[in-house]
Amino acid sequence: MTLEEIIKPENQVYGKTPLLTETPMHYCPGCSHGVVHKLIAEVIEEMNIADKTVGIAPVGCAVFAYNYIDIDWQEAAHGRAPALATAAKRLNPENCVFTYQGDGDLAAIGTAETIHACNRGENIAIFFINNGIYGMTGGQMAPTTLEGMKTATCPNGRDVSMEGYPLKISEMLALLDGTCYVTRQAVHTAASTVRAKKAIRKALENSMASKGTSIVEVVSTCNSGWKMTPHQANKWMVENMFPAYPLGDIKDR
Amino acid sequence: MEEIKLMKGNEAVAEAAIRCGCDGYFGYPITPQSEILETLMALEPWKTTGMVVLQAESETASINMVYGGAGCGKKVMTSSSSPGISLMQEGLSYIAGAELPCVVVNVTRGGPGLGTIQPSQADYFQTVKGGGHGDYKLITLAPASVQEMADHTVLAFDLAFKYRNPVMVLSDGIIGQMMEKVQLPPYQPRLTDEQVREKCPWATTGKHGRKQQNVITSLELRSEEMEKINNRLQEKYNQVEQNEVRFEEYFCDDAEYLITAFGSCARICQKTIEILRSEGIKAGLLRPITLYPFPTEAIAKFAKQVKGILSVELNAGQMVEDVRLAVNGVTPVEFYGRQGGMTPTPDEVVKALKSKLIK
Amino acid sequence: MAKNRGAVVIDTERCKGCQLCKEACPSKVLNMNIDANSKGYHYAYMETAEACTGCASCAYVCPDACITVYRVKN
Repeated sequence: MTLEEIIKPENQVYGKTPLLTETPMHYCPGCSHGVVHKLIAEVIEEMNIADKTVGIAPVGCAVFAYNYIDIDWQEAAHGRAPALATAAKRLNPENCVFTYQGDGDLAAIGTAETIHACNRGENIAIFFINNGIYGMTGGQMAPTTLEGMKTATCPNGRDVSMEGYPLKISEMLALLDGTCYVTRQAVHTAASTVRAKKAIRKALENSMASKGTSIVEVVSTCNSGWKMTPHQANKWMVENMFPAYPLGDIKDR
Repeated sequence: MEEIKLMKGNEAVAEAAIRCGCDGYFGYPITPQSEILETLMALEPWKTTGMVVLQAESETASINMVYGGAGCGKKVMTSSSSPGISLMQEGLSYIAGAELPCVVVNVTRGGPGLGTIQPSQADYFQTVKGGGHGDYKLITLAPASVQEMADHTVLAFDLAFKYRNPVMVLSDGIIGQMMEKVQLPPYQPRLTDEQVREKCPWATTGKHGRKQQNVITSLELRSEEMEKINNRLQEKYNQVEQNEVRFEEYFCDDAEYLITAFGSCARICQKTIEILRSEGIKAGLLRPITLYPFPTEAIAKFAKQVKGILSVELNAGQMVEDVRLAVNGVTPVEFYGRQGGMTPTPDEVVKALKSKLIK
Repeated sequence: MAKNRGAVVIDTERCKGCQLCKEACPSKVLNMNIDANSKGYHYAYMETAEACTGCASCAYVCPDACITVYRVKN
C-alpha cells in the first residue's frame, strides 16, 4: 500500500481541530501549554459549545491563549481570572466559562481569588498548568517549585527553611465544599493525553451542569525554564514532579 | 405619581442601580459605604429584575468581577471607600485599558492608610489623576446630595456606556450616610441577551454565530500598535472633555469673589455664600459636578471677573491645583481645607475667605 | 505484520522540532529532518514510513498540533 493510498481524507483519524487557530503558538518547542490548548479546543469542538464558551486568560506564558482558541476570551490581570470568570458565568449562566492559569497566577498572586471562587462553588472550570516555575518572566521560583529545584530566584535550589514548601493547592481546593471535581493530570504521553482530555471534558460538563467548580491541574514541563530538552524535561517531570504531585483524581463528586 | 422617599445616600445608590437596569453589583463591606451592599442584599433584586448581587472576598476581587461582567457587555458596578478603592486601582487601570464600561462608587473617608471612617475628599488626586498605572482617565461625578447619589448612579452608567470607560461617583461619608428626601429614578428593564449583543458587539457574550471572536484585553506588545491604542484613548478623553463638563453656579453672575467646592463641601459653602451676601460681599460658588472632565473653561472665565478664588475642600489642597491651572495666574487662588474627617462650618469659610482674599 | 497501516502528514512550517513525537512513536517511525523550516526548526518526518500503524501517539503529544494522522486496515 502506497502512502498516496493511505493519505486520503476518508482515512484521516486525527488532525488539528479547526477551533485551534492557524496562528502559530508562541510557546517554546515542546511546551505543555500547546498540548493543553489543543485538548481544550478539541473538547469545546466535540461538545459543540464554541458559540457559548468564554475563556479567561491569565498573565504568564498563556497570556496570549486567546490567539490560539477561536472563542470569546477575556485577558485578566495576574491572578484575577477566577474573579472575572465568576462574573462572566453568573451574568450569563447558560455560557460555559473556564479559566486557564499557571502556578504563579493561580497559586501565588491569585490564591485568594482561586480559593474563594472554588469555595463559592462557581460553576466554572479551572485549568491549572503546574510546571513549578515562572516561565514568562524568565524562570523564577513558583509556589509549586520543588524542594531543591533550581530557578532564577533560588539558584542554589529551593531551600524550604527560607522559601517555604511546594504548595499542593489542588489538595487544598479539594477540601472546599464548593469544588465538585479536582484532578491532577499530565500530557507527556499519548495515554496521559487521552486521560487529560477526558478530565477537561468532565470539567466543562460540570460547568454546564452547575455542579460547582472543577479544577484540572496539569503537571507540565517548562523545558526552557528547566534548561532541558523537551524529552529530558518529560523524564525529569516523571521522576521529580510526579512524586510531589501524584496524578489522578483528588475529588470527584 | 412621583415617588419620593427619605433615605441615606448609600441606600439611594442601591435603589437607583436596581431601577436603572443594573445587571450586577460586586462589593465588599467597608465603612462608610456598607449600606450599598446591605441594601441590595435586603432588596433581593435577583428575584425581581434578575440583577446579580455578590459579596466578594476583597475589593480586588470585586473590581475584577466588575471587569469580567463589563467584558460581557453587562451593566455592572461596585462600591467601596478609600482604602478599598486603593485596592481597586489595578483593576480600574485594566478596565480603562480594555475600554470597558462600569460604575464605581467611592464613599470617601479620611486617609492616608486606615485613616478615619469620617468623611473626606482626599481621594481627589487618586480619582482624577490616574490612581492606577498608565495614562487613563476616570470620568468622575461628584454628588452633593442624596438626590444626586441616585441621579449620578444612573448618569454614570449612561456615560460609561457612551464612552466605554469606567466612571467614578466620588462621594464622601457625609453624602453616603445622611438622609434626605429623594425622588428615585423610574424603572428601566435590564437589557436582554440579544440587546446586549446588539448594543455591545465587542462583548464576550459567547460567539453566538458571530464569525470573529471577541477578546477583552489591555495587552499589546507591539509598541507601534500600543501607541495607537494610547492615542485613541486620549482622543476619547478629548471628546469627554468637550462634551461632558458639568458644573453648577450659585450666585456667580455678579460675583467678586468665587468659591470652588465639590460634593458635601459645596453644600457647606452654599451657606457661606448666603452669609457673605447678607454682609454685602458679592460671593459666588462654582461647584464642579464632573471632576473629570474639570470645568476649566468656566473657572477661567470667572477668573477674569473676580478679585480672587477660594477653593474649599476636605483635604490638604487637591482640586485647588486644577483651579490654579484653569486660572493660570489671572487672579489670586487660595485654599482652605479641613482634614481627618473634620468639616468646616460656613462661618469658618467666611473667615477664611475674608482673611485670604479680602484682607 | 501490523494490523493497520498508517501515515502522518506534518505541517512542517508549524513544527518546532521539539522531538516529542519522535519519542512518543512506538514504532520508531519519525525522525527530525536535516533540513530546517523557515524558522530554522528541524521538522519531523517519517523516516520509516512503512512501520507506521496510524496509532496517532505522535499527534496526541504534539504541542503544536502539526500532525495529521491517516489509518487504513491492512
